[in-house]
Amino acid sequence: MKTTDSNNVQNERVTPPFRSPVTPDEGELSENELWLNMGPQHPSTHGVLRVVLKMEGEIIREARPDVGYLHRGVEKLAENRTYSQFNILTDRNDYLASMLNNWAYCLSVEKLLGVRAPERAEYLRVIVGELNRIASHLVFIGTFGIDIGAFTPFLYAFGREREMVLDLFERLCGARLTYNYIRIGGVMADLPDGWGDQARSFIPHMRRCLKEYDDLLTYNPIFLDRTKGIGAIPKDKAVSYGLSGPNLRASGVSTDLRKDEPYGIYDRFQFKPAVGTTGDTWDRYFVRRLEIEESLNIVEQALNSLPEGDILAKGQRPTVRPPVGESYAQIEGARGWLGIYLVSDGTERPYRLHVRGPSFINLTILQEMLKGWKIADVVAILGSLDVVLGEVDR
Amino acid sequence: MGIITEKLPHVCEHVPGGGVFLTSVDYFINWTRQSSVWPLTFGLACCAIEMMSAYAARFDFDRFGVIPRPTPRQADLLIISGTVTKKMAPVIVKLHQQMPLPRFVISMGACSNCGGPYYDSYSVVKGVDKILPVDIYIPGCPPRPEALMNAVLELHKKIGKMSLADRVNP
Repeated sequence: MKTTDSNNVQNERVTPPFRSPVTPDEGELSENELWLNMGPQHPSTHGVLRVVLKMEGEIIREARPDVGYLHRGVEKLAENRTYSQFNILTDRNDYLASMLNNWAYCLSVEKLLGVRAPERAEYLRVIVGELNRIASHLVFIGTFGIDIGAFTPFLYAFGREREMVLDLFERLCGARLTYNYIRIGGVMADLPDGWGDQARSFIPHMRRCLKEYDDLLTYNPIFLDRTKGIGAIPKDKAVSYGLSGPNLRASGVSTDLRKDEPYGIYDRFQFKPAVGTTGDTWDRYFVRRLEIEESLNIVEQALNSLPEGDILAKGQRPTVRPPVGESYAQIEGARGWLGIYLVSDGTERPYRLHVRGPSFINLTILQEMLKGWKIADVVAILGSLDVVLGEVDR
Repeated sequence: MGIITEKLPHVCEHVPGGGVFLTSVDYFINWTRQSSVWPLTFGLACCAIEMMSAYAARFDFDRFGVIPRPTPRQADLLIISGTVTKKMAPVIVKLHQQMPLPRFVISMGACSNCGGPYYDSYSVVKGVDKILPVDIYIPGCPPRPEALMNAVLELHKKIGKMSLADRVNP
């Protein structure tokens, strides 16, 4: 008997007659060319990205990225969730920087509601947001090292320092990866006893470790050979493709939403956005390494000036009914400008939600960048863009 | 960790110049299989990050003989770490078929157990067990690295009960 459950894959064909738009065609090849499929199961694609490459010997003539292997339909799901319920799905969009996703979403809802988080909550948001940015960049340093062939930085950056940040988050909200800590109108919980000291002791440790990474990876001759001058994005091209975040700053454009349009309380902190020069693969690595330093400075300043007070706006309830209207809030995420667009029809559920995922927009330049480079440079260039497929496909 | 030799069902015969161990074929094969469960380097979503944490310095999965292999031809274990979408499902089935027998599947996290937070999404397969046979399920969103280690230890127990007599030719 045929079941009526359309979700039951067993009753459907396991290999559907699905033809991806990027599926290569033999007819397009000239004599010396061949198609090479990379992904979706590939250790260096950072998830489930598929890239179809037209090769001439070792040289890439054309690249066609195929996204959507992790498409979970988050924007549609938002229409069936209340505003507070959707917060947990933002965690899973860019799962390396969940706090920043929560933050962007909550800012957008707060804009609709006309609520402002209390002073102490704003400081806590800055502290956890910057710590999460550090954790996200540490994942980048670790995995980028592996892509190039350096395994050791993975064990240090990913296995040691990042775990220290996760320990802090775990004490704060109980989760290691998907926090749901920043809530509409404030944050979930106040700092536990001794948390501030633990965070303070992490800062000098991290600064020492950055010097260690420099010795291990940043100025390693093999690493420099693999990354210097590879896959450079000129300034004008970076802007015209709509890149943002560290990828754009590596090309020498000094834009940082924390400086340009300070949201929250970012106008109270002293820091300098890290800017690269040539926009090559090494610059994109180095900008992130510098950003860790800047984030440490911000965390230090925020910890030192942390005021006492409430952590949730007065009278804030879990069920919110924003007035009819629309709002767009964007923050400087770990990968670029992370924006959430909301349309409210006055009910407890959003009418429409759109996520401006920086990873997706940063990925669009890939097919332009890969042309003319060798097959071994694909992982270096793709790794340096630091895309998270959860955010690309959503 | 380590091999508990006292519990080994064996007979030790001393002969001049050394000794001879006698044990059952089942026990010996299961012991070798347990000690080197090699998973496929295959991450899907958020759980993959916790899987990577398990391989990294603090949790050190190598202690259990778990060493990730980047090709399905060398892997015994497929860890489904994340949301299985309808676009990805045929790829996962193909990867599973490419693995040599005996092969095992761990479903890691709520998404691959039943759809998890995406239980009502139009593009998500509601549980990887709809397309693959699953040996161990790990709850959590995402599960901690310790939970993944526990799953591998449970898999060791399961492998320990296998017998050549039960083998079915595919």
